Amino acid sequence: MLQIRELVASVEGKQILNGLSLDIKPGEVHAIMGPNGAGKSTLGNVLTGREGYEVISGEVLFNGEDMLALDIEERARAGLFLAFQYPVEIPGVSNMEFLKAAVDARRSHMKQEELSSFDFMKLAREASKKVSLDAAFLKRGVNEGFSGGEKKRNEILQMMMLEPSLCVLDETDSGLDIDALQVVADGVNAMRDSERSFIVVTHYQRLLDYIIPDYVHVLANGRIVKSGDKELARELEAKGYGWLEGEVA
Amino acid sequence: MSEQVESLIRQDYAAGFHSAIESDTLPPGLDEDVVRFISAAKEEPEWMLEWRLKAYRAWKEMDEPTWAHVHYPEIDFKSISYYSTPKSMKDRPKSLDEVDPELLETYEKLGIPLHEQEALAGVAVDAVFDSVSVVTTFREKLKEAGVIFCPISEAIREYPELVQKYLGSVVPQKDNFYAALNSAVFSDGSFVYIPKGVRCPMELSTYFRINELNTGQFERTLIVADEGSHVSYLEGCTAPMRDENQLHAAVVELVALDGARIKYSTVQNWYPGDKEGKGGIYNFVTKRGIAHDNASISWTQVETGSAVTWKYPSCILKGDNSVGEFYSVALTNNFQQADTGTKMIHLGKNTRSTIIAKGISAGRSDSAYRGLVRINPAAEGARNFTQCDSLLIGDRCGAHTFPYIENRNASAVIEHEATTSKVSDDQMFLCQQRGLDAEKAVSMIVNGFCREVFKELPMEFAVEAGKLLEVSLEGSVG
Repeated sequence: MLQIRELVASVEGKQILNGLSLDIKPGEVHAIMGPNGAGKSTLGNVLTGREGYEVISGEVLFNGEDMLALDIEERARAGLFLAFQYPVEIPGVSNMEFLKAAVDARRSHMKQEELSSFDFMKLAREASKKVSLDAAFLKRGVNEGFSGGEKKRNEILQMMMLEPSLCVLDETDSGLDIDALQVVADGVNAMRDSERSFIVVTHYQRLLDYIIPDYVHVLANGRIVKSGDKELARELEAKGYGWLEGEVA
Repeated sequence: MSEQVESLIRQDYAAGFHSAIESDTLPPGLDEDVVRFISAAKEEPEWMLEWRLKAYRAWKEMDEPTWAHVHYPEIDFKSISYYSTPKSMKDRPKSLDEVDPELLETYEKLGIPLHEQEALAGVAVDAVFDSVSVVTTFREKLKEAGVIFCPISEAIREYPELVQKYLGSVVPQKDNFYAALNSAVFSDGSFVYIPKGVRCPMELSTYFRINELNTGQFERTLIVADEGSHVSYLEGCTAPMRDENQLHAAVVELVALDGARIKYSTVQNWYPGDKEGKGGIYNFVTKRGIAHDNASISWTQVETGSAVTWKYPSCILKGDNSVGEFYSVALTNNFQQADTGTKMIHLGKNTRSTIIAKGISAGRSDSAYRGLVRINPAAEGARNFTQCDSLLIGDRCGAHTFPYIENRNASAVIEHEATTSKVSDDQMFLCQQRGLDAEKAVSMIVNGFCREVFKELPMEFAVEAGKLLEVSLEGSVG
């Protein structure tokens, strides 16, 4: 599904990723943890092709294809989804209109027929129910006046509608209370299957109680310094990141 | 994002072409003889000629206004021809079949095929090609309702008492430099009269088009809604590509008598000049309405064209409980300049006005909102709400707001909100990460920004306006 090899990338001239490698197979859930400034968010942004994030060397293959050669929107249409840590508002553009345009773009890329308005509405209503957002939110501007929790649930709603093959959750748990966290996790868990993979970027172990990862990686100084299973997350919770510092060098 | 923005802003003007219809054009220059020639060519009565001459004499004494936030080379009024008429139109066609096929083709290139327009029941089209009204449709149906919708030149001959009573009653000849010029030399335009208590059975629509090189266009529109009547009027404009600047100085007057409602919507897409800022229309327009007791006037405009725009559709809220509204989207790109806004003059008691102005600047363009809210001493209980928002695309454009509030009555409630925002990289990234390309993303964000105004437009125009923004913004990202 996704092969990252020796990825070196910089932001505003500052090198943040220093030879990161990661291999993700279909259906796997990988958690990326690490101290602040380790490059966790940078990874998601580099993968999506966000402007300002410069790849210096290394390789990223997405379904065997050179992903770094694609534009932001091409990667998205090919099935890469980033759930934002801080989703922005787009005033006046209804959630519905936005979702429809996104779904149309994805379906057209997959050579699927455009959904009729009726079918689309039905799907959108079902998805909003699953993330406990009132259907009225579909008519509101994208994230316009949404609370922090509503914005995150809206991200999961978009993820459900787009049916990506690789989902990157960038600290989706930040600023969420337990109830909202549960809703987000339920949404993610409902989407887990043998084909779809997830990269869950988080600072805390808490989220991983709800979304049980297959692998846990510790990112420090722009590289993966330790990998393990979900027990590693508990260990980190108990010990912090300090004990790994020796591995960084 | 600025590089993206750069390339998306580039877009060729879709309506840029010149049709080779022969014209009768007066040599350049303006004096009393020219005014007399125009009046005679239109077979106008003596009072009309006197009215024009009075305007001309006033204009001669006036100076061009320079207070607007726009810059352009001085206009040489002597080098402009003040009258032109397509030759084959000397005998007005009785039906579309008699219309010069090339002319019809011109309209079709613009996407306003009259045949289709005709079929589109509910829309009557009075097309102005240069200076002469060419085709008027749906006249019969309107006639049944007692509605008069005709070229103003015809109204001057056929309904002199109505025209004489109202022409210049809202925008007097001496109102301003350009209004005076228009009053002296106006070529044609539309006249609408809705009788008492009549709800106009269809949207009235006019397309203006400037075609002759160096021909100033001076339309004059007069709409009179008698007591308790309703009318919705749509005006759409586009012009072919030209190297030399063309002057356009229109005057629109609206009269809403007691309890009447007038809704006036404009989609303006005149040639804005090329990417280097060469060419384009100079648009100096005076639009004003007067609302009597319980009457309402609503201006909605979507302005994407012209090199220079100077335009302030205004309402004089003369009657008690009268209502004035102004909804505006003004988009400037490349080197376009716009100074536009409104004036709400509250004279009557409990008068209300709403101003929603959205300015979008891209490229190296500059746009200004200029609005006046004046509450006179007698306007007890007057209310105004103003919201003006500016959206910047890229980092080389400008947006300015000049609000003027003059309140002379302590009971007035005046609210003013203003925001300036940028199409942010984060918004662009969100859209693109969801699979939308940069152009689609910008047009979606801009359309969202304009939503409050678009919802005031009649349905078919709202769609058109959305498309127009898309076209105008093409090349502003990518």
